[in-house]
Amino acid sequence: MSVQVHELVKIYGNQKALDGISFEVSKGQILGFLGPNGAGKTTTMKILTGYLSPSSGTARICGFDVSEHPVEAKRKIGYLPEHNPLYKDMYVREYLQTFARITDTAQPTKRINELIELTGLGREQNKQIGSLSKGYRQRVGLCQALIHDPEVLILDEPTSGLDPNQIQDIRNLIKGFGKEKTLIFSTHIMQEVKALCDRVIIINKGRIVADDSIETLESMGLDRQIVHVEFAGEVVESIIKALSGVQNVKHHGKGRYTIYANLKSDLRETIFHTAVQNRWTLLEMSREKSSVEDVFSLLTKTTKN
Amino acid sequence: MWTIYQKELSSFFSSLIGYVVIAVFLLIMGLTMWVFPDTGILDSSYASMDPLFSLAPLILLFIIPAVTMRSFSEEIQSGTLEILITKPITETQIVLGKFLACVSLSAITLIPTLLYYYSVYQLGSPPGNLDSGAVAGSYIGLVFLASSFTAVGIFGSALSKNQIVSFLFSVLLCFLFYYGFYFLSKLPLFFGKSDDIVAMIGMDYHYNALSKGNVDSRNVIYFLSLIAFFLYLTIHWIKNRIF
Repeated sequence: MSVQVHELVKIYGNQKALDGISFEVSKGQILGFLGPNGAGKTTTMKILTGYLSPSSGTARICGFDVSEHPVEAKRKIGYLPEHNPLYKDMYVREYLQTFARITDTAQPTKRINELIELTGLGREQNKQIGSLSKGYRQRVGLCQALIHDPEVLILDEPTSGLDPNQIQDIRNLIKGFGKEKTLIFSTHIMQEVKALCDRVIIINKGRIVADDSIETLESMGLDRQIVHVEFAGEVVESIIKALSGVQNVKHHGKGRYTIYANLKSDLRETIFHTAVQNRWTLLEMSREKSSVEDVFSLLTKTTKN
Repeated sequence: MWTIYQKELSSFFSSLIGYVVIAVFLLIMGLTMWVFPDTGILDSSYASMDPLFSLAPLILLFIIPAVTMRSFSEEIQSGTLEILITKPITETQIVLGKFLACVSLSAITLIPTLLYYYSVYQLGSPPGNLDSGAVAGSYIGLVFLASSFTAVGIFGSALSKNQIVSFLFSVLLCFLFYYGFYFLSKLPLFFGKSDDIVAMIGMDYHYNALSKGNVDSRNVIYFLSLIAFFLYLTIHWIKNRIF
């Protein structure tokens, strides 16, 4: 196991930021951390990297307890904090050389050249960090995290604040690293999780509310159905409302309806038969596929109470 | 530790900070020693370096906190301290690296004043009529004083992410430890009874003792323990992330 987290609790004052978080990540896995703001994603990552110490519980990186053997554990970790802090008055190469020395990187110059090529920083390598665009700064941050070739890579919202092209570039880079390393990253963008992760952990209010693969999470929302229908002319809404499993019906005018239901079988069949029985002319019918977004809002809202 | 040291020292000289600090210190010292008639030695009848050694502590009191104020404040403010801490180095190494870099800058600032010593030495009648022992003692005292101010300043810097607050707090602490205890000892509460002991807590007492050219181990131990105390506090502060 590359990362083992056991019953982490973090208390700030009288507020519980983390309330018993446990999970394990095996080598080569890409894990997405999902959750609303303030759910505890960043706190968990800061504990994993040894920046914060937990109120109770343990975190192990490649077998090293982060609190007991911090230096050994930190050697195995590459960390990119949220907002990507950098020494803005340093030059790109100077910055990477400094961190190569701090982390005792073998053959630093060769490694720096490799990373600059990998992240496409070639044209910017002799510039001052402060003069780089946000996308390039993010790449410098990634180089910093990767410089000592760590086994575990922890990235806190690596794509926040970037434009769509830059997001795509950074995602591709992350996907590349993910093949060789254990990778944990946090985000609140669902497509990102879909595009990158093998596994998702959804955190809410300091607790894990889901820990599964994307496919399983998507199927969790299958019982909730949203069907868009269009009839030729108005129909009797109360008949639709009376169908089993239907929770709500929205009328958009001109015979168009959206039907929300919660049931196992396909709602479209029932609607078809009802239309035939009542001699309604059905023009169009489509079902919204349930998405990770739905599951996300379902899980993080229901646990609120 | 040496990587941090190198990074800090090069940041002094890749920005204006290092040059400005050296220039300001030497300008003030040069003016008081050679130009201003009230304090200058050209108009006085003695070949001594007293104007330098009596004024230097006061200047260092302001200049050193200005050098140290950014060392932690800036890193806390920008978040880069988080990156440093999550690298495989200990907090002790970070604090010592930064401390030594600031001490080195102070030492570099003091070195050119050796020229003044040479000039005064030559100006004496006959040349060399100067208490070299006292000068050597004063320099040792000045280096210890600068190092102590640096330790205090580094601690002040770890207290706040705002550089101005750090600066003012460090100046206050340096002032208290330099002059404060001497003045306190004049209070009627202590005067005539324990004023000696109270004055001994302050740096002024030990600096003056060293200036006489008599390098006593007690004074040296005092400065070393003061430095160790503030560095320990800083390491504790950073370790427990109290900022």
